[in-house]
Amino acid sequence: MSYDATFRVWRGNADGGDLQTFTVEVNEGEVVLDVIHRLQATQAGDLAVRWNCKAGKCGSCSAEINGRPRLMCMTRMSTFGEDETVTVTPMRAFPVVRDLVTDVSYNYDKAAQIPAFNPRQRDADGNHRMQQIDVERSQEFRKCIECFLCQDTCHVIRDHEENKKAFAGPRFLIRLAELDMHPLDVTDRKDAAQDEFGLGYCNITKCCSEVCPEGIHLTDNGIIPLKERVVDRKFDPLTFLGSKIRRRPKD
Amino acid sequence: MELERHTYDVVVVGAGGAGLRAAIEAHESGARTAVVCKSLLGKAHTVMAEGGIAAAMANLYPEDNWRVHFRDTMRGGKMLNHWRMAQLHAQEAPDRVRELEDWGALFDRTPDGLISQRDFGGHRYARLAHVGDRTGLELIRTLQQRTVALGIDVYMECTVTRLLTDEGGITGAFGYWRESGRFVAWQAPSVVLATGGIGKSYKVTSNSWEYTGDGHSLALQAGASLVNMEFVQFHPTGMVWPPSVRGILVTESVRGDGGILKNSAGNRFMFDYIPDFFRKETAETEAEADRWYDDKKNNRRPPELLPRDEVARAINSEVKAGRGTPHGGVFLDIASRRSAEYIRKRLPSMYHQFKELAEVDITAEPMEVGPTCHYVMGGVEVDPDTEAARVSGLFAAGEVAGGMHGSNRLGGNSLSDLLVFGRRAGAAAAEHARGRHGLELPDEALADAARAALAPFDREGGENPYTVQHDLQQTMHDLVGIIRTAPEMEQALERIAALKERVANLSVEGHRQYNPGWHLALDLPHMLVVSECIARAALERQESRGGHTRDDFPATDAEWAKTNLICTQAADGSVALTRQPLPQMPSDLAGIFEETA
Amino acid sequence: MTATAPRGTGAVSPGHGNGMPAPRRATITERTLRTDRWWVQPLITVVVLVLFIIYATFRAFQNAHYLSEPYISPFYSPCITTQCEGDTFPELFTGPAWISPALYILIFPLGIRLTCYYYRKAYYRSFWLSPPACAVAEPHKRYTGETRLPLIGQNIHRYALYAALVINVILFYDVVLAFRDETGEWGHMGLGTVVLLVNAVLLFLYSLSCHSCRHIVGGRINNFSKHPLRYKAWGLVSQLNGRHMQFAWASLFSVAFADFYVLLLATDTITDLRFF
Repeated sequence: MSYDATFRVWRGNADGGDLQTFTVEVNEGEVVLDVIHRLQATQAGDLAVRWNCKAGKCGSCSAEINGRPRLMCMTRMSTFGEDETVTVTPMRAFPVVRDLVTDVSYNYDKAAQIPAFNPRQRDADGNHRMQQIDVERSQEFRKCIECFLCQDTCHVIRDHEENKKAFAGPRFLIRLAELDMHPLDVTDRKDAAQDEFGLGYCNITKCCSEVCPEGIHLTDNGIIPLKERVVDRKFDPLTFLGSKIRRRPKD
Repeated sequence: MELERHTYDVVVVGAGGAGLRAAIEAHESGARTAVVCKSLLGKAHTVMAEGGIAAAMANLYPEDNWRVHFRDTMRGGKMLNHWRMAQLHAQEAPDRVRELEDWGALFDRTPDGLISQRDFGGHRYARLAHVGDRTGLELIRTLQQRTVALGIDVYMECTVTRLLTDEGGITGAFGYWRESGRFVAWQAPSVVLATGGIGKSYKVTSNSWEYTGDGHSLALQAGASLVNMEFVQFHPTGMVWPPSVRGILVTESVRGDGGILKNSAGNRFMFDYIPDFFRKETAETEAEADRWYDDKKNNRRPPELLPRDEVARAINSEVKAGRGTPHGGVFLDIASRRSAEYIRKRLPSMYHQFKELAEVDITAEPMEVGPTCHYVMGGVEVDPDTEAARVSGLFAAGEVAGGMHGSNRLGGNSLSDLLVFGRRAGAAAAEHARGRHGLELPDEALADAARAALAPFDREGGENPYTVQHDLQQTMHDLVGIIRTAPEMEQALERIAALKERVANLSVEGHRQYNPGWHLALDLPHMLVVSECIARAALERQESRGGHTRDDFPATDAEWAKTNLICTQAADGSVALTRQPLPQMPSDLAGIFEETA
Repeated sequence: MTATAPRGTGAVSPGHGNGMPAPRRATITERTLRTDRWWVQPLITVVVLVLFIIYATFRAFQNAHYLSEPYISPFYSPCITTQCEGDTFPELFTGPAWISPALYILIFPLGIRLTCYYYRKAYYRSFWLSPPACAVAEPHKRYTGETRLPLIGQNIHRYALYAALVINVILFYDVVLAFRDETGEWGHMGLGTVVLLVNAVLLFLYSLSCHSCRHIVGGRINNFSKHPLRYKAWGLVSQLNGRHMQFAWASLFSVAFADFYVLLLATDTITDLRFF
C-alpha cells in the first residue's frame, strides 16, 4: 500500500530559502506530518518543524500545504493523488524562523494586550451559577486550539504587515467576543475591540472560518456579533441616546 | 561563551497544568517567577486530557465527599499511594476547580447551573468536571490566560538541560533556546519541576514528543530520588488504525457515557475479567450494568469502568487469545447504544478525531482500540505537603512527581493532581526562596553544561539520533511493556546499556538554529536513564499490582504492598535501587475503608 | 557573558531570546501556491451579479411595463409618486417626470444588500479582490478595511434592515392584492400570485436571516436563561442565519424573476396562468 511521493518543502530561514524537492515513501493512512517526520529521520535530520500532539488538539503543526493553511497532522495523504506533488511551506503571514517553523510571537503579544477576564462575585455558597445555554456561545470560542491558521490566512495582516499594529486578527476578535458574551464577566471591551484591536479592519471575507480546523464559526458567531455589539455602542443613535438618558444595568 | 542570564526567585520548568498552576501561586505569593517550557505556551500535553477533572463537589450526587474520593483513589492505586497525597488531593480538588471559574473557565453545567460532573472508571459517583471531551484544553487555556494576565515571564521553546546546585541545594538552571540554540542560565533558589511524563520511551503512546522524562532525569542528576518507576499506565483505549495514529488516546468518557467493549465474536468480554478486589462493586449482568447509568444507587457499575489497569490487561488478553479485531485491537462501541446527536454533543473531539484520522464515523460504527502507554505513576519522591524533593530548593508537581497515584491512576485524577499539587509546590517554592539572595552560578559549571550540550556537533560520522530513539522505543515496547517477565527485562537492561554507548557517540548535522536532530540528541540521555529506572524497578518488584504486571509473578504480594522502590543516581552515574517502607496511614483514614466497603 | 536584564511582563516570545531584530517572512514569490481552481467562485459571483445589475438598471430606468393588474413588479412597489401607473399605495408626491418611480424604491433593497454581511464577503472578494480567495494575495498596496469613510458606513446595516422589513410588508400587501382579479374582484389567483408570494417569502426570509436581525432578536443579551422567548427567537433566526447566503441568492433570483414575469404580462408577451 505504500508509494513514493514527491514533496516540495520550503527550507531556509530569514535570510532566504527555497522549495526543495524530495522523493519520500508514503504508507496507508498517513498524514503530511508523518511524511515530514520520515524526511527528518531519513533524509534531512535538521528539518525544522513544530509539532506536539499529532492529533489535532494542540495546534502546533500549522503550515501551508499546496498553498492552503492547514494542520499537517490533520491532512491525510489520501486526499492527494499518488502522482501529485505536495508542496509544504511555513505560514506566510509570520516571520520564518527556520524551514517550516515560524515566529508566532505576534499572537502572544496580542493575547497579552486583551483586558483580562473579570468575574462578578460568587454566590453566597461559593459557587458560580450559569445555565448551559448561557455558556455555550463562549464555549464554542474556547474550543480554539490556537493554531493561528486564521491569523495566517487573514488578508488584513497576511498581505499588509503594517496592519499588525492596529489589528489583533480573527483569533483575538473571537477571544473578545468570548469575553463579551461570557455570563460572568463584568468588563466592557466593546470600545477597545473597535479602537485598539481593529475590529473595523475585518471585511468579513470569512477565510478564518474556512481554515479553522476546529470548525469554529469565527465570522458568523463571533466577529459579526461583536461588530453588532459595537454598533449598539458606537453607531446606533437610539441606544446611544438611551444610554445617555438612563443607565441600564448590563445584561 | 555567549550566555543570557536571568535572576528569579522561582523557576518553573514546564508549562502544563502543574507548571502554570505552580507559577501562578508562586507569583501570587510574591516571588519573582519564570516559566520555562519546551513548546509554545498553551501546547503542553495537558491539552490532550479529554475526560475531566475529578473533584468531589457533589453537584450531582450529594452523597459524594472527599472521603469517598480518597477511598476510590487509594483503591484504584491498589493502596500503594502515599496516603497523605491522596488525602490532600481529595480534599482540595473542589476548590481548585471552582477557582478556575474565577479565571474564566466555562465548564458544562447541571440544570441547577452548577458545574456538571461525569462518570469515569473507578469513581463511585459522577465526579469529573468537564467541557465536552476537551477538558484539558479548557484547563490549559484558563491557566495560560491567567498566567499572561498576571504578567509572569514565560520562556517559550526553551529547554532546560541541567539543574545547577551547590552544597546548599538548588542555585538555578541551565538551558537553550530551541529557536536559536543559544544558552540561557536562570539563577534561582527554587526550581519547580513540572515536566510531565516519559511516554516517548515507548513505541505506542498517547504522549507527545515532549514526554522524554527530562524532569525525572534532571532530578536524579541533582541528587533527588524517584519512587516506584515500575508503574506505567497503559491506557486501555488508544487508536490502533491506521498505523500512523496508533496510540492516540480515545477518552475514557466514551465508556463513561455508555460505550462498551466487544471482541471479534461480539462478546462483551469485560464481564469475564472482574477481579475479586472489585467484584462487590461491579455489575454481574449486562442488564444491571445498563441500568447503572441512570440509577447508581441500586445497581453496580459496568465492568468497562473498572480501573484502567484492569481494562488494559483484559484487552491485551483478548487480543492474545485471537479474539481481536483485524488491526489487533478490540471494538469500542457507542454507536449502537447512544443516539448520534448525544455522541456528537458529548464526544465532539472523538467524533472529529475518528472522522478525520481514521475515516470512521463513531455514531454509526464501533471504534477499534487497544492499550497505549499513557502515564507514569512513578516519579520524583516528594514531601506530600510541600512537594519538596530530597534536594533543598527542588520541588516537583504533576506527572513528574510520584506517590500520589500508587500503582495505578484513576482517570480524571491527573488534572486535579496538577492543580492541587501545582499550587502547593508553587507556594512552597516561593516560601523557600524568601530571603535567599545572592546565589552564584560558577562559570565552570555553566561552561561544563554548555560543553555537554554542544558535544553532538563535535562528533563526526556518529549515529543518527532518530535511529537510537526508534530502537529504544522498540525495546521498551517489546520487553518492558504491559506484561513483563524477568528474562525480558534483563534483556532490556542489556540493550539499554548498549544504547547508552550509542548515545555517547551520536552526531547531528546542521547548526544550532531550531535543529530537531540536536534537540533529540539532548533528550535521549534523559529517556535512557528513565527507561533504565523503569526496567530496574520492574525487575525488582516480584508481584503484579496496578500498572505493573509480571507474567512470572501474577499475584499481589502482602510484603510488596508495604514497599516502595526508590531510584537514585549512584556516584558513578549508574542507577541505584533501594527498598523503602510505604508510609502508613493514620487509623482515622484507615477507617474509611471499613465504613464504605 | 551578558548581564541580567529586567524583563517585561507577559509572555516572553520565541525570537526575543537572541536580542536580534525581528526576522522576516519566508521568501516565497508566488502570489499563491494553491493548486485548485480558486478563481471559479469569484468569477461566478461577478458574472451573476453583473447580469443582475444590468437587468435591474435597465428595468429601473425603463419606467414602463411594471404593472399588469393585479400584479405589480417588486421593483416599482410601493407606487408612491403621482407618475405611477398603479393605485396600490397612496400617491405621496410628484417627482420630476424623468425620474423613474423605481429609483425611489430600489434605494432600500440596494441598501440592505450593499451592507449585508454576506454580500460584503461576496463583493469584497470577487469585485475588490480583497482577497480574491483565501491565501491568495490581494493586489492592493494599502488596506484599511471598514475603519474609515466610506466603508465605515457598513455599520448602518441594521437600519437598512428596518427599511427592508417595511418593504417586506408592502410586498406581502401586494400579494394580498394579487388575490383580486384585474377588475378588483376578490377571489382570484394566478401564477403571478404565486410568483409574487414566493418572492415575498424569500425576501422576508432573507431579511429575517440577517446577522443584524439575529443580534437584535436575542444575540445582544448574555443571559439567555432569563429571556426564554428571546432565546427561542434567537435560536430560530440563528438557524435561518445559517442559510443566509442561500436566501440572499434565491431572493435575488426571485425578485428579478417576479419583475420579469410582470414585464412579460405587461407587454402581452404571455398571459397569466389563472387558477381560479
